[in-house]
Amino acid sequence: MIRVELPYHLRTLAGADAEVTLTVDGVVTLGGVLDALEARYPMLRGTLRDHDTGRRRPLVRFFACREDVTHDPPDTPLPEAIASGAEPFLIVGAIAGG
Amino acid sequence: MSTIRVLVGTRKGAFILTADGKRRDWSVAGPHFAGWEIYHLKGSPAYPDRIYASQSTSWFGQVIQRSDDGGLTWEQPGSDPSRQGASPGDEAGPPMPQGESNKFAYDTSEETGRPLTTHQWYDGTQHPWEFTRVWHLEPSLTDPDVAYAGVEDAGLFRTTDGGRSWGELAGLRSHATGEGWMPGAGGMCLHTILLDPKDPDRIFVAISAAGSFRTEDGGKTWKPINRGLRSEFMPDPTAEIGHCVHRLAMHPSNPDTLFMQKHWDVMRTDDAGDNWREVSDNLPSDFGFPIEVHAHEPETIYVVPIKSDSEHYPPEGKLRVYRSRTGGNEWQALTEGLPQKDCYVNVLRDAMAADSLDPCGIYFGTTGGQVYVSPDGGDHWSMIVRDLPSVLSVEVQTLP
Repeated sequence: MIRVELPYHLRTLAGADAEVTLTVDGVVTLGGVLDALEARYPMLRGTLRDHDTGRRRPLVRFFACREDVTHDPPDTPLPEAIASGAEPFLIVGAIAGG
Repeated sequence: MSTIRVLVGTRKGAFILTADGKRRDWSVAGPHFAGWEIYHLKGSPAYPDRIYASQSTSWFGQVIQRSDDGGLTWEQPGSDPSRQGASPGDEAGPPMPQGESNKFAYDTSEETGRPLTTHQWYDGTQHPWEFTRVWHLEPSLTDPDVAYAGVEDAGLFRTTDGGRSWGELAGLRSHATGEGWMPGAGGMCLHTILLDPKDPDRIFVAISAAGSFRTEDGGKTWKPINRGLRSEFMPDPTAEIGHCVHRLAMHPSNPDTLFMQKHWDVMRTDDAGDNWREVSDNLPSDFGFPIEVHAHEPETIYVVPIKSDSEHYPPEGKLRVYRSRTGGNEWQALTEGLPQKDCYVNVLRDAMAADSLDPCGIYFGTTGGQVYVSPDGGDHWSMIVRDLPSVLSVEVQTLP
C-alpha cells in the first residue's frame, strides 16, 4: 500500500482526503505511483503531467523520504519506506506566489 | 415570475447570484472551486441547467466542470471513478474517455489536423503553439452536448459529448496568417465566440492580438475580417491581422451587424465583418474591454471606457457605463448608483452581460470584486455583491 499526500487543490478536485492510498504492483517507481493515482482518480489526469507526453507540469514537485525526486526519471524505484507505506509520497505545488 | 441567475467567474472561484425578475434581492452562492481561477462559466441555451465552467491554475492546468442542475453540483465530464473499466456492453452505457475532459491537444493528425506551427512572440521571434487555458466556453444554441472552447494559445475546440472530450477545429490555428499572430498582454487568447443563430455554419471569433475571423463552413476554413481596423502600434496600422480585438458582440436578430471593443476604438460592421467603421465619437476614452448589446434593442450598446492601456481604470476615477442607442456614436454616460470618485477598478472583456427580461437588465463585474446590476437598461445601478475576488467573467441566464 502506497500513501500519497495531495496538495489542497487536487484534494478538492478528487474529492479525496489529504492522504490517499494506492496499490502498485511490482517495483514501486515514480511513474508507477502517478499511473496508479490517475487510474484511481481519473479527474487528476492532466493536472500533474501532460496527457500525451507524460511531461511533468512545471510547477509540480515530488518528494520521497525528504528527498526531492521531482527530476528523477519515471522508472526510478522509490525508497522502500514509500513502497511499504511507512512514509508518504508527497505531491507538492511549487511555491510560486498567488 | 422569472428567475435571474448570474454566473460569476473570479480569480479564486465561481459564484452564482440569483434573484427573481425584480432583480432587487439577491442570494450569493459560492465559492465553487475555491482557490481556482474560473475564467468563464456559461449555461446552455438549449438546457439552461447545464452549465460549463473553465477552471484552471498555473500549477495544475486546465479542468472542465459541468453542472446539470443549475450549478448546485458539478462534475468533470467522464471522470467518474465508478465507471473505470466499464465496457461498451455495460448497462450504464459505454465507457467515456475517462479523465480527458481537460485534454486540449492541438490536432496534428493527418486526417483532420494541421501541423503545429509557430506564432510571433512578444519580441518578434517565432514561438510554438502551447496550450495554456480555456478563456471562453460557448455552448451550442441548440444542442446541450455541443460547446465550443476558445483557448490560449489561440485555437478553437469543440465537444460533441457534453465536455467529455474536445477536438480542435484546426483550420483556424493553421490559417496562413498564423505566424504573424502574437500575444496580447494577457496571452494569445481566443476570447470571443459568436454563433450565428440564423446559420449554424457561421461562427465569428476574436483573438488577442490577431484580430477577428469568420467561418462559413462550420469551422473548416476561416477568413480574417479586420478591414477598417487601425492599430497604431503595428508597423502597418491597417494590416490584415495583428489587431488587438478585445471583444465582439452581436444581437441575435441581426447577425450581420457586429460591435467591437478594440484595444483602442469602438467599431461596428454591417456586413458580417467585411468592413468596419469607428463609432467611438464622444466617449471619454475609446479604450476598454467589454461591449454588450441590449436584449430587445439591437442598436443599443454598452461599453465601459478605461483610461488607457497603461492605466487600466476608469477616467477621472469615475466608473461609468456608456450607452449608445444609435448603434455607436452619440454615447451617454450612465452613472446613477456607480461610484463617481476614487474608483480605480477595471472591467474585463468577458465581465458584462444582458438578461432578456423587459426591461432589459445589464450586469458587469469588476477587478475589485463588485458585481453591479441595472434592471432598467442602464439608467439605475446597484451593487449585487462586493468584495468578491477579482471578477474575470459575468454571464446571465433568464429562467422562466
